[in-house]
Amino acid sequence: MARPFTPKIVTANALLEGDVIYLSPQDTWVRDLCDAALFSQQDQAEERLAFASKDGFVVGAYLVDAVAGENGPEPVHFREDFRRTGPSNHNHGKQAEL
Amino acid sequence: MYTYNDFDEAFVRERVAQFSGQVARRIDGSLTEEEFRPLRLMNGLYLQLHAYMLRVAIPYGTINPDQMDQLALIAEKFDKGYGHFTTRQNIQYNWPKLPDVPAILEALADVGMHAIQTSGNTIRNVTADHFAGAAADEAYDPRPVAELIRQWSTDHPEFQFLPRKFKVAVTGASHDRAVVRAHDIGVVLKEQNGVKGAEVIVGGGLGRTPMVGKTLNEFVPFADLLPYIEATVSVWNLLGRRDNKYKARIKITVHEHGIDDIRARVEERFTQIKPTFGGIDMEMLAQIEQHFVAPIFANKPVDAYTRAYENDPVFRAWADTNLAAHKNEDYSIVTISLKKPGATPGDASADQMRSMAQLARDYGHDELRISHEQNVILPHVHKSNLPALHAVLKGNDLATANAGLISDIIACPGMDYCALATARSIPVAQGIATRFDELKLEHEIGQLKIKISGCINACGHHHVGHIGILGLDRAGVENYQITLGGDGTETTVIGDRTGPGFAYDEIIPAIERLVHAYLNARLDAEETFLQAYRRLGMAPFKEALYPPKEEKANAA
Ligand code: SF4
Repeated sequence: MARPFTPKIVTANALLEGDVIYLSPQDTWVRDLCDAALFSQQDQAEERLAFASKDGFVVGAYLVDAVAGENGPEPVHFREDFRRTGPSNHNHGKQAEL
Repeated sequence: MYTYNDFDEAFVRERVAQFSGQVARRIDGSLTEEEFRPLRLMNGLYLQLHAYMLRVAIPYGTINPDQMDQLALIAEKFDKGYGHFTTRQNIQYNWPKLPDVPAILEALADVGMHAIQTSGNTIRNVTADHFAGAAADEAYDPRPVAELIRQWSTDHPEFQFLPRKFKVAVTGASHDRAVVRAHDIGVVLKEQNGVKGAEVIVGGGLGRTPMVGKTLNEFVPFADLLPYIEATVSVWNLLGRRDNKYKARIKITVHEHGIDDIRARVEERFTQIKPTFGGIDMEMLAQIEQHFVAPIFANKPVDAYTRAYENDPVFRAWADTNLAAHKNEDYSIVTISLKKPGATPGDASADQMRSMAQLARDYGHDELRISHEQNVILPHVHKSNLPALHAVLKGNDLATANAGLISDIIACPGMDYCALATARSIPVAQGIATRFDELKLEHEIGQLKIKISGCINACGHHHVGHIGILGLDRAGVENYQITLGGDGTETTVIGDRTGPGFAYDEIIPAIERLVHAYLNARLDAEETFLQAYRRLGMAPFKEALYPPKEEKANAA
């Protein structure tokens, strides 16, 4: 039996600022993971990734596992948890800006 | 120290202009990311987890106060007010924005600095003993040779697309502070029968496949040294495996072909290229040496030092740990610790950078060094100035008395910044340093080097830590593997793995058990952790790390 598909979000870094961004349901780029679009179908996720990768103002778009939470998508892996938060040694990055 | 000549200046300015154009073309869409990426990497600009990161070269860790001030200015103007000194004697800025990078590079060029060849498959920033030109145990100042190698390797047309990156380290002292046996090429300057020359070591390296470098040639006279190094890189450039990036470093080439085969090839290549140098390298070296003449040392009493040492216990504790023996016995080498317990190893704020620059002006003959251990060194301080210097350090949170002790930890950026990381390393370092500060055991424990990497690439040199910690991702959770008995000096050894790793919240207690096991088992306070490990082997430490199940249950 095929493994169930884990829902995905599309993420990347912004070209100018370099910070973490997510593709929203409106196909815009947002800074807060809560506002990201969560794709529950593999085809759809891959299709949105292909679309996102064409954007010249983003760098290194990729798909990442996420789950639906109370306030929008939640990361599955700790790396993505750090990416949406910022470093643990300084109050910099998203945790300070959002 | 070396100052740029017209050629260096013009080259760096031209590169800034080129890169400014490339950034503009990336932003207006004429360059794709695929096209732009190698260009930005050639100029030291990485894209990390949360932002871009600019890696600036500090050749052989030597900078002057004006350069340090400029690094502070860049930190304030274009970053978040601090910089991170790395194990490669570089500085990294963690938060630059792409449109600002050309201006940063311009500001660096203003003080004779750049970010060229701090990335990519090139010959990287040449590193050296951070006590160069000052250490009591030094036969030769390694910096002229390091500078010669820097000039030769910068933009060398044959070596811009090597199989992989290539790192060279140079020392001229009997005690190896530059980890030369863990570099692609390690150069140890020495004299033989009245002739200056060097032992050339090859194929050392950490990372996925750690290896201790092997002696390629016991003694290469100075007149042959640069062509000999070029021959070595050239042999590897052809032979090195480009099919598999994990097998591309010269350590693997040496391992696969054997040191004798490599030596024969290098000799052959050397014979071909030596005539093409025609002595120009030695002329350059002679010129470079002029830039590294020792300062004019003061001849004055050291009473102020003696008085402070006798009367001020805080000064004494600092002097005992953070001073090293200088060639001139009225002088000391000062290690300014960037490892205050709880702070990020290697981070310095703009204010701290400025105060260190000013101290170098006031008391340090205008010289500063960055050590691969992520501290800042003032190599020449007259002892009479040490009390005043210490007072300024105290006022700037820079007087931590811990050089070489358990809280003087090397830690790479790990998953707090690095896109390649598999786990965090900074908070582990912070946690260990804070814990042992609470226990007030640090001075009791004595010399103990802990080194932490956030992935197998080993930027934190964990393999050569007396205690090494490697952060991994085990099934989606951070997990930390411990190695013991590593040594990065002239007796380089790769540490031994203890066994299964520890979870993030288990690693600090595990280190604590390890250290208590050492304190219980050592012969006396003179026996260091490393010596005790060498005498006792793994068993008592393993027992402390992995107590039997029931004991664990009782302890809980
Ligand atoms: S060791 Fe790994 S995590 Fe640490 S800086 Fe190097 S590549 Fe990044």
